[in-house]
Amino acid sequence: LSRDHLDDEAWEEIEDSLITADVGVEATQVIVERLRERVRVLGTRTVAEVRQQLAEELIEALEPGLDRTLKAGPFEGRPAVVLVVGVNGAGKTTTCGKIARVLVADGHTVVLGAADTFRAAASEQLATWGERVGAETVRGPEGGDPASVAFDAVKRGIDTGVHTVLIDTAGRLQNKVGLMDELGKVKRVVEKHGPVDEALLILDATTGQNGLEQARVFTEVVDVTGVVLTKLDGTAKGGIVIAVQRKLGIPVKLVGLGEGPDDLAPFEPKAFVEALLGSDG
Amino acid sequence: MFDTLSDRLSGIFTKLRGKGRLTDADIDATAREIRLALLEADVALPVVRAFIASLKERARAAEVSQALNPAQQIIKIVHEELINVLGGEARRLRFAKQPPTVIMLAGLQGSGKTTLAGKLARWLKGQGHQPLLVACDLQRPNAVNQLQVLGGRAGVDVYAPQPGNGVGNPVQVARDSIEHAQRAAKDIVIVDTAGRLGIDAEMMQQAADIRDAVSPDEVIFVIDAMVGQDAVQTAEAFRDGVGITGVVLSKLDGDARGGAALSVRHVTGEPILFASTGEKLEDFDVFHPDRMASRILGM
Ligand SMILES: Nc1nc2c(ncn2[C@@H]2O[C@H](COP(=O)(O)OP(=O)(O)OP(=O)(O)O)[C@@H](O)[C@H]2O)c(=O)[nH]1
Ligand SMILES: Nc1nc2c(ncn2[C@@H]2O[C@H](COP(=O)(O)OP(=O)(O)OP(=O)(O)O)[C@@H](O)[C@H]2O)c(=O)[nH]1
Ligand SMILES: [K+]
Ligand SMILES: [Mg+2]
Ligand SMILES: [Mg+2]
Repeated sequence: LSRDHLDDEAWEEIEDSLITADVGVEATQVIVERLRERVRVLGTRTVAEVRQQLAEELIEALEPGLDRTLKAGPFEGRPAVVLVVGVNGAGKTTTCGKIARVLVADGHTVVLGAADTFRAAASEQLATWGERVGAETVRGPEGGDPASVAFDAVKRGIDTGVHTVLIDTAGRLQNKVGLMDELGKVKRVVEKHGPVDEALLILDATTGQNGLEQARVFTEVVDVTGVVLTKLDGTAKGGIVIAVQRKLGIPVKLVGLGEGPDDLAPFEPKAFVEALLGSDG
Repeated sequence: MFDTLSDRLSGIFTKLRGKGRLTDADIDATAREIRLALLEADVALPVVRAFIASLKERARAAEVSQALNPAQQIIKIVHEELINVLGGEARRLRFAKQPPTVIMLAGLQGSGKTTLAGKLARWLKGQGHQPLLVACDLQRPNAVNQLQVLGGRAGVDVYAPQPGNGVGNPVQVARDSIEHAQRAAKDIVIVDTAGRLGIDAEMMQQAADIRDAVSPDEVIFVIDAMVGQDAVQTAEAFRDGVGITGVVLSKLDGDARGGAALSVRHVTGEPILFASTGEKLEDFDVFHPDRMASRILGM
């Protein structure tokens, strides 16, 4: 926002900065409407002040008071179970590796479950991450039943007394009914051992408005408890998570900031909003 | 989820019956609705602006028949204009006069490059070619294995002299692959590269070095149909960093509206050659601008 007084063009710039961050038309309209109301009530005059108030609106929309800690255990007498889901190529396997890395560095023990039995070399990829971060990987036969691999991984975690079992699943587009049913089954089968403590939806920050539909359908199927927003190290702003929070009440818990094992960080609404409104805003 | 564009426009046009030509106010109101529809379909804002500007010109000049529903007539104009921008007729792959033809794939992480490499190999083999897949992603864990598995499924040889997972020099592999292809009598070389961000200067330089090592006949930019507003910045970065001769839109089997198609086409000026429509190697089609236009408009 480069202008210094509040004319129509300044308002348009504000809207544009949200649209180009993938916040979406509807959420943008609601947020700008609230902002206009606030500006009227408070008698705000300068663009700098409005920018500050816009940041506050956005932070508020992200419900900064929410608990964003990962329920990764350790719990009394059983491992925490974390199910990792999302569309193709979003960053699920990489995020499993990174989360395992954080947990291991904190002194926890982790089993990885390679329940993507479908994509070429998917279980090898997860096993490489397992070796990299010091976690055992439970694998099944290629093309095998993903639910039974997930079941075996949790069983292995219980038997060996680890703190956390992270289950990587195959990428699937949320409009594929058969694949979504398969995912629901993975969760139900795992629940024979006990509750799934977290179902993490991996959302790629470059995703546009389809991200909301992803969140809606995956939540219907596995009751998503948190989002990991990946690839935030690129130029994309990831604004769709604002709509996901507003419409579905699912908080972002972590962000992915690169391809390396340490490129994972807690989600901080204030920093996220600053980056969203940053450079070209 | 959204009102269809035709619902929205018919609202505007109920009062319009009986007029022959659209007034400026009609056109402005229409343009606003189309702008929203395009933004909801993830067309990037600067592209929306340019598109609307040229659309307004056409709408002003257009004679709107009094007998027919003006909303439908406007939608037809928008639809045709979208098809124009999306490329009219599809272009075929460019082959080298002196084989091997070299096709290099580039794009963001997870966009669908390696899968596309397998699809292209299978498709070209089906047309009687002898393709060779080349494993130049030596970075992502097990990218080399992934390509080998896909090569196996396609029944196509894979040149993978380096194990990857951080070991090996992709520029060297690319350079050596050409000689290997000639020795092995392969007429097409498909070079899979690591995913990279537009702003990663070092990795963009690596892509340029791979390009220079193989002098590709096609540099195909693979972009996920779910991508939002970032499509413009990323496409510019790949256009400037590696040079793009064609585009493939991936994951079109999803339900994203796919406005990125318009953005990329606008930024690069290069044709969208293929649609990638699933995880299996046969899920692959030439690109149909007319279908894409309907999809973006939610028709
Ligand atoms: N720059 C960047 N790249 C990432 C990030 N997270 C993952 N990636 C890359 O994105 C690509 C896809 O990551 P994967 O972890 O394989 O994604 P996935 O969701 O498991 O993919 P499928 O299992 O095939 O659906 C890889 O090249 C990763 O290195 C991130 O935060 N930043
Ligand atoms: N549904 C669907 N999935 C696809 C399509 N193309 C690729 N995929 C999937 O998307 C994920 C990523 O595909 P890859 O081919 O590994 O992508 P990439 O660009 O090589 O990824 P990196 O090498 O990590 O940058 C995999 O799960 C693929 O199976 C497609 O057209 N439709
Ligand atoms: K960013
Ligand atoms: Mg994976
Ligand atoms: Mg790849």
